[in-house]
This record gives sequence, C-alpha cells and structure tokens, in this order.
Amino acid sequence: MTGAEPVVVDARHLRCPLPVIELAKAARDAPGGTVLTVLTTDPAARHDVPAWARLRGHALVSIETVSGSDRVAMTDGDVLAITVRTSG
Amino acid sequence: MTNRRTFLDASGHAPLHPAARAAFDQALDEGWADPRRLHTEGRRARALLDGARAALAAALGARTEEVFLSGSHTASLHAAVRGIARGRRRVGRDVVVSAVERAAVLAAAEFVAAGAPGAAPGRRVIVGVDGLGRVDVAAMADAVAAPGVALAALQVANGEVGTLQPVPAVAAAARRAGVPLLVDAGAAVGHVAIPDDWDVLAADPGDWGGLGGLGVLVVRSRVRWSPDWPADEDAWFPGGVSVPAALAAAVALEHAVAERAAADTHRRGLVDRIRRTVAATVPDVEVVGDPTDRLPHVVTFSCLFVDGEALTGELDRQGFAVGSGSACTSSALEPSHVLAAMGVLTHGNVRLTLPVGVRDDDVDRFLAVLPAAVARVRDVLGVRDL
Repeated sequence: MTGAEPVVVDARHLRCPLPVIELAKAARDAPGGTVLTVLTTDPAARHDVPAWARLRGHALVSIETVSGSDRVAMTDGDVLAITVRTSG
Repeated sequence: MTNRRTFLDASGHAPLHPAARAAFDQALDEGWADPRRLHTEGRRARALLDGARAALAAALGARTEEVFLSGSHTASLHAAVRGIARGRRRVGRDVVVSAVERAAVLAAAEFVAAGAPGAAPGRRVIVGVDGLGRVDVAAMADAVAAPGVALAALQVANGEVGTLQPVPAVAAAARRAGVPLLVDAGAAVGHVAIPDDWDVLAADPGDWGGLGGLGVLVVRSRVRWSPDWPADEDAWFPGGVSVPAALAAAVALEHAVAERAAADTHRRGLVDRIRRTVAATVPDVEVVGDPTDRLPHVVTFSCLFVDGEALTGELDRQGFAVGSGSACTSSALEPSHVLAAMGVLTHGNVRLTLPVGVRDDDVDRFLAVLPAAVARVRDVLGVRDL
C-alpha cells in the first residue's frame, strides 16, 4: 500500500469495453498496491472489471451501487463503484 | 481480398440440408392441404405430417404420440414451462433453472413464477454454474428437492460456450423429488447423443439443417400438464404447423443422425485447432467453455479491451459471419447472461458455431485474419501496453 488517496476513474456513460480500458490505463500508470475505483453506468462492467482483474492478477476489493449517494450526482440509471487493488 | 463468404454462426440457423430442401419441395406438391380435413388431399397431408412425427420420435427416442410441433423453439420452451407449471399448480409454483438456460426458458420461468394477478406468486430459483459454465449438481438437486417446485429445466449443452450439462445426475435428483424435468436440447440434437432420462424435451430443427419456423416438443405420456391458453384440436400448439416444414425437419434429422459420427470427428478436430491457435496467436484472449466435455462444433473466446461489435463487423467485412455474446452487439446493453454467470469477460466476445461440412481451409483463413482484426480494433480504441 502506498497510503495515498484512492484513485477514482470516472467512466460514467462510457460503454463496454471503455470503462475497463480507462481503469487499465490508470492501473498501468499507478504503483503496485494502489487502490483504484472506477465509476461506471455500463452493466457489462460489473462482470468485466472482475474478469480483467483476474487476468492481470489485481485484487477485486468491492462492487457497490452508489447512485443517489453523496459521492456522485444522480444520473439516469445505476452507477456502480468497482474498486480494485493493483498487484505488486 | 476475396468476396467468398464463410458462415460460422450456425447456432439455431444452420444451412438447410439438401435432403431437407428436397423433402420440403416434395411436400409442397403432396402435403399442401389442411391435414385436419378428411378429403383425399387433406389425408395425404396428414400422412406426411404423421410420418414426420414418427421419424422425429424414432430419432429422439420417443413414441409418435409424444411428439408435438410448434412454430419455433422459443414457442416450444414457453409452452412447456407454462403447461407443466399449470398442470402442477397444486404442488407449487417455483421453477428451478440453471443460470445458463436459454433466455426463453428464463423468461417463461419468471412468467409462471409471477403467477396470475391475485394468486400467490412462486419463485424462479436460479442455480449457478462454474467457470466452465457447468451447473452445480448438488445445488440443483437441493433446489428441486425443496417443497413447492412445479418443474425444473436444464439444457443438454450450452449453445453459447458448448459445455455439456450433467443431465443424468440432475434427472435422477428430479425423479427422486417427483419434479418433472424439461430438457432444452436445442443446441445438442443432431450433434451429440441425447440422454433419455427427461420428462419433456425441446429440440430445434433450425439447428440441425431443417427450416426455421418449426419447433419440436416431446412430452412423455406420464407428464401431467394443462394449457393456460385456449383449447384447440392441437392442444399444445393451437393451429398446427406447416406440413412441408415438418417433413423437412424430420428428413434433416435422419441425415444429421446418420452423418453425426463423421461430422463430430471433423468439427471436433477443427474446434481443437481453433482453441489452440486463438490462444497462441491473439494476445490477452480467454477461450471459454469446457475444452473436452463439450459440443463438437461450438467455440467461444473473449478478447480483452475489444469492442465486440467492432470485431464482428471487421470479421464480416473480411467474409466471416460469426456470433457474439457481447453487450455492444445486442440492442440491450446487457451482455450475455451465460458469460456473466461464468465470470468470464463479456466484451470482445466471438462465438463460432461450425456448420456440418465446414471447410478446413475456410477455418484456417479465419485463424489467419483474426489476430490482425483484433489488433486493428484495439488500435482504434487506443489500447497499447495495457
């Protein structure tokens, strides 16, 4: 762990496979052990972010529905916050 | 670049078998009349229809009077779930299904579980699968043994990823619990041996080289059922079906069964070659489904960081018709529920269903163009060193 603030990747309104690509770019540029959260409205991301993490050896931390919470403004449809910790 | 087309998406819509086309043509001449009428023309059509049912029954291990014909595989599955559930409404309203059943089964299960307005609803109990797409036998056995189950449904094999399901084990559990088992053999009949320990079986002529617009439902005489639709002389599927389509389906199935051993060896070998080559030549690819205990002609893989719609479009431009379970390739934003239930990548998905008689050199050309096609789609998305 770096102890830094978690990195948030805002991929709302991007369709598959763009949320995974944006998350992967952030993960590539971050040191090992970084905690990253991607915000997404794409239903496929619920399945594809964990599958990407498994393929790359990253750890899946959590999948939460955050629509309507204080963290993000309400949008049309659910917003998922998917959090991973990078390997290394 | 060549204009040659290669069709690798035969699931549910295989190329018409030449013998089925000949049978259809013959039946247009001899079986065009209404088989319900008692005149000579009507009786001739009736004889062809009955002959088609007898041939289908023989190929499917059933008696002729247990074979019913519908307008589509979807109609067969909907009616089976609704008819059995209504027949067993005093026992319960729950419907147990695997997570990777065809959408028509999942939708019908949800429909009957919801029940009539004002009636007590049941539940659609979904049993999970492993990473290969195979249902959890113990969990399904537990689910069918619970009180209040009207019926259970399990496919012979998954048509999206090819994995065979443990039908005999689940059928034994259902029999112990006294619950009827609907077996969706839509992707399997004509391609693999079909287990015989089912109560109701649905098969899809479009998948084995017959015409579309026809479905086959086989209901063992012991199964209690009741229509929740209006009465008709053809009780399961009111109105009857096209006699020429029925004859074409029966003739196509006889040929598919007779040619199965040779087609199995040929296509199984090609799928092995595809699985090996794709894994070796495409970076960041996941070949999914059981590598050995599977249908002989289905192979599916997902490419990381690839837009499935863009990839199927790129392959189409190069002359290859392929399927995909990616969300981007359907009007809905939801990806394939099969890939999702397996926990594998849903984007960048390509599904090949090899028709009987597929040519080796066509498959080799596909394997030759695939890596560059994937690379081009990734370049457009700006994917590099991820």
